[in-house]
Amino acid sequence: MTATAEPEVGKARLRKEDARLITGRTRWTDNITLPGMLHLAVLRSPMAHARIVSIDTSAARDMPGVVAVLTATDLDPDGEIGMPCAWPITPDMRHPRRPVLAATEVNFAGEGVAVVAARSAAEAEDALEHIEVEYEDLPVVLDMEAALAEGAPLVHEDLGTNRSALWVFDSGEAGTGGDVEQAISDAEVKLTRRFRQQRLIPAFMEPRSTVVDPTGPQLTVWSSTQIPHILRVMTAMTLGVPEHKLRVVAPDVGGGFGGKIAVLPEEMMAALVARKLGKPVKWTESRSDAMLTAHHGRDQIQDITISATRDGMVTGLKVDLLADMGAYLGLVGPGVPLLGAFMFNAIYKIPAYRFACTNVFTNKTLTDAYRGAGRPEATFAIERMMDELAAELGMDPLELREKNWIRHDEFPFTTVAGLTYDSGNYEAATERAKQLFDYDGLRREQQARRASNDPVQLGIGISTYTEMCGLAPSRVLGSLAYGAGGWESASIRMLPTGKVEVVTGSSAHGQGHETAWSQIVADQLGVPFEDIEVLHGDTQFSPKGMDTYGSRSLAVGGTALVLAARRVLDKAKPVAAHMLECSVDDMEFTGGKFTVQGTDQSVGIQDVALAVFAAHDLPDGYEASLDSDATFDPENFSYPHGTHLCATEVDTETGRVSIRSYVCVDDVGKVVNPLIVEGQIHGGLAQGIAQALYEEAVHDESGTLTTGTFADYYLPSAADMPTFVTDRTETPSTTNPLGVKGVGEAGTIASTPAVVNSVIDAVRHMGVDDIEMPCSPMRVWQAIQGGAR
Amino acid sequence: MRITVSVDGTKYTDDVEPRMLLVHYLRERLGKTGTVVGCDTSNCGACTVHLDGHSVKSCSVLAVQADGCEVTTVEGLARDGRMHPVQQAFHDNHALQCGFCTPGMIMQAIDLLADDPDPDENAVRHGLEGNLCRCTGYQNIVRAVRDAASKMAPGAGPVAEQVSDSEITSRAPSHTGGGS
Amino acid sequence: MIPTQFDYVAPATVDDAVRELADAGDDGKVIAGGQSLLPVLRMRLAAPAKVIDIGRIPELRGIRDDGDAIVIGAMTTHYEVQRDPLVREHALLIATATDTVADPQVRHRGTFGGSIAHADPAGDLLAPALAMDAVMVVAGMDGRRSVPASEFFVDYFTTSMNPAELLVEVRVPKYTGWHAHYEKFHRVAQSWSMVGVAAMVRTDGGTIAEARIGLTNMAAVPVRARAVEQALVGQAATAENIKAAAEHAANGTSPASDGNADGEYRSHLARVLTGRALSAAIG
Repeated sequence: MTATAEPEVGKARLRKEDARLITGRTRWTDNITLPGMLHLAVLRSPMAHARIVSIDTSAARDMPGVVAVLTATDLDPDGEIGMPCAWPITPDMRHPRRPVLAATEVNFAGEGVAVVAARSAAEAEDALEHIEVEYEDLPVVLDMEAALAEGAPLVHEDLGTNRSALWVFDSGEAGTGGDVEQAISDAEVKLTRRFRQQRLIPAFMEPRSTVVDPTGPQLTVWSSTQIPHILRVMTAMTLGVPEHKLRVVAPDVGGGFGGKIAVLPEEMMAALVARKLGKPVKWTESRSDAMLTAHHGRDQIQDITISATRDGMVTGLKVDLLADMGAYLGLVGPGVPLLGAFMFNAIYKIPAYRFACTNVFTNKTLTDAYRGAGRPEATFAIERMMDELAAELGMDPLELREKNWIRHDEFPFTTVAGLTYDSGNYEAATERAKQLFDYDGLRREQQARRASNDPVQLGIGISTYTEMCGLAPSRVLGSLAYGAGGWESASIRMLPTGKVEVVTGSSAHGQGHETAWSQIVADQLGVPFEDIEVLHGDTQFSPKGMDTYGSRSLAVGGTALVLAARRVLDKAKPVAAHMLECSVDDMEFTGGKFTVQGTDQSVGIQDVALAVFAAHDLPDGYEASLDSDATFDPENFSYPHGTHLCATEVDTETGRVSIRSYVCVDDVGKVVNPLIVEGQIHGGLAQGIAQALYEEAVHDESGTLTTGTFADYYLPSAADMPTFVTDRTETPSTTNPLGVKGVGEAGTIASTPAVVNSVIDAVRHMGVDDIEMPCSPMRVWQAIQGGAR
Repeated sequence: MRITVSVDGTKYTDDVEPRMLLVHYLRERLGKTGTVVGCDTSNCGACTVHLDGHSVKSCSVLAVQADGCEVTTVEGLARDGRMHPVQQAFHDNHALQCGFCTPGMIMQAIDLLADDPDPDENAVRHGLEGNLCRCTGYQNIVRAVRDAASKMAPGAGPVAEQVSDSEITSRAPSHTGGGS
Repeated sequence: MIPTQFDYVAPATVDDAVRELADAGDDGKVIAGGQSLLPVLRMRLAAPAKVIDIGRIPELRGIRDDGDAIVIGAMTTHYEVQRDPLVREHALLIATATDTVADPQVRHRGTFGGSIAHADPAGDLLAPALAMDAVMVVAGMDGRRSVPASEFFVDYFTTSMNPAELLVEVRVPKYTGWHAHYEKFHRVAQSWSMVGVAAMVRTDGGTIAEARIGLTNMAAVPVRARAVEQALVGQAATAENIKAAAEHAANGTSPASDGNADGEYRSHLARVLTGRALSAAIG
């Protein structure tokens, strides 16, 4: 017997994707040029709310290079096309039609009003300046509470209200826990806080781009999207193009973070213009357009009440949210707060819980998924509350958490929100994090700095999080009125020479699927890592998929791969037995070889593939193919968890916050590729930290976005980020055969409260118990001044 | 306007509108789509190339300003089919995810190492402050640049020689001449 | 985003450039390093009919010793300024301020003269120029004139140059042996200064003999913190004296309010950062 090769899963394989990306041989959508292709530019409303009185495109039509200038009247004369929203969270949810181009009214600054098609991008842009639009001002409503007030101006007059939906979960009614009002009124201690989740901009690095070619048998759409499959279905439904006449391709996609989970008016516009003119068209946005019109994230007001006993047992949690939808509903926007609804109770055994969320329209860019989508908001609120409760009770915040969290021997555990957490070990992750962080040492230093009145104060922030990801069990999604399922598909094709093509329905945009999927299949089939090609993102060879978001690719799509591989082996086995002239029951498969048990007779999977290709001598009635498909629909989410500890230094003279050390110990179950996992954590941390300290989308009183470029929306650079210390514990998930959990969002979900808790901890003794995000120097300084007063 | 520019070792002569940005010239006229545009305000650095041996943001240089100059893009780094040590280090250290910022990041990292062959972590972080990445949190990028530095250091072996060919010698004249 | 169409000329001499400027009138725009101008053109916030590129005028480049002053050519890049031994020796304040300007790529293209002529109140080189009593040499159709920094900066993005004039060079008096530091405060590494303090002191033994302090972004133009300067002269260079003097830093300033800092906070920052700049300078 030869020694079995070391398993691929678990190896820190360098990425297959890198070669093209580091040499500039990439396939971004904007790189595509087709013969006769026209360039599109969109005229956008400078007004946040106005009636369109008239649009005069005549001068623009006469500009050099201009082929067409089109408005809503040209593209959708009957006003029938509306952008899809796939998540009607309540039966009575108000859902205004979002047109491809505004016809009679604009509802946020940046809404498209007209489109120019020209021979070059420069000529298209030139022509925009010659389109005359007359607007009549309408009153603007930007603040959610103002929008809900009696007599408020309405974003959509015909809806009669700015309230889109109210969604409620109550543990008393659901039978998953007690009555929260009772718990609060009986409580020895109760605390109420209001937190604001500022508006954020996903800010993927590659601006969105779409190329549409109407000249072939299928209308081909290339787009910088996270969701080529969903885009295909939605385009068919939205425009009435028969689905089989549509091909959607997501080539190399430069990041998404939820920002590219969208069906864009510009994608529909490009398709309509291409069909109308009979020519390929390209739309590539500028960064300024991306900031203004790509959907934003977060933007919630959270009113939280927590109740507890004097000795620190939490007895109830009540959450009232206002969620700013912006001017329209995004593809999954209404459901984003619901993804948080099940997470406010986090890792704690809370006996009574109520969650209510009101989705509100305002005259701003719509909001939708952004890394974590609902779960960062929930985690922030509960982790901030745990710190506040600890302060109120005079307890160490870690001790309070430990008192309330689910112990490792209590899994599986059904929470007050009705989810069953399959596994976890919060004690282990926390213990490891404390060691790496030198928790006790830093606490001593903090005391010393307080005692000496050091102008630079030290704070320690904690976040012991969990999250639900691996979206998602289709039945659960159905029960939440989501418009689709949560399965994922995979196909494996054994090529005659023994090489393998893997087709996945999840669509990577930086995650490293080509590498990780190769590792999984290599182990399953016993073929070399190098012999596997992973294909994704083109409906022509990958017709089925649910795409990439919600940290689902590995837990769901990876499992589909395993199932498909098992089917390949099932199909190969009788052929191998036939070749070895033995019974199927005597076969065993290891290391890529079928062996007759107890003998050295064996045949490799590659040889079986060739034999099936030749098909000269197969078992009677055998269907000559090893190729296999599988679809996996998880029965439960995966629940990564971990403990993040952040030490910040707060310069009390200027208010500047500097992260001194950041330790996180995450449990994402079994790890396929530790390098990729670590990279996901790093990137997630950076985005979560950026919410805590830097980023905020701001509108002025007229509804103009004043942070519309990278010069004023503060994405951190390398110089603004600390070095992270990361480690893992490994509690395998029981909800999928690989034992894996999602990792894409964990860092973002966990880190924001760790940082803010740490800032508050640094200055709590100065009378500060909250600072609104981002904790800018001015806000921190003002909080200290306020605390001192 | 007629310009002559040497890009990745090939000389090109073209008529361009004065308003054409260098990055658009590279992408649209020369097909050098390895260099990308990430913003409008010269913040993101995704479009970074070398102009006469110094890193610049090619979205903030007019093509006509590059007349008579030498441009190196990420597509011109490899030598004899071997990647530049900084490219190799980005691969070895998992310093990229979606890869959109990567060409600019690599070009800036090479520039940084030309000025400071052995930068500490802080120097790397500040040397890259004109380049934004949304995926990596920068940690592996910093690691990659320092890894490349150690491999490119004098005496580090044949790999290092590639760099002196492609980058350091081309910088020398521009130090005294002051760029373009 | 692509600029509007414009004509482009790249004159070879200052005289030719001035003539082009005069011809173009209000429709002309000088491009130096272009690091501020190109984003403006791309966003179509300006649409000049003619862009006059002064990047090919040899006279405008380089730094020279001119007796009691060093002279910095307008087209000298930040990168060159940072590495110039004359600047380090005689105008350390400019060197330390230039180190903080933008990012490495921008410093390769961006120029000293371009920054001065752009007159962005958040620009980091204006306050040092003011504190050092630099003199701007400006060329026009009628020849050249010298404008002291105190008269050069007029308002937001506005100088006392007329549209047909070109900044040729900046004469910086030598402050050999002075201690200097530029303290910049901003949100992220590549963002503009919320407040900056350019501080320079000459010490005699342990005593402060002279002090010069310029403030960035505390008004529409750079301002001198004269009250602090006066309070320092003759004082021992101690932490307490510096702190006490720095309390006057915001006197007479008129800081704007924006999302990063309101006027009160800016004034507070000016006081704190002035103390820090002085302490760092003295070391």
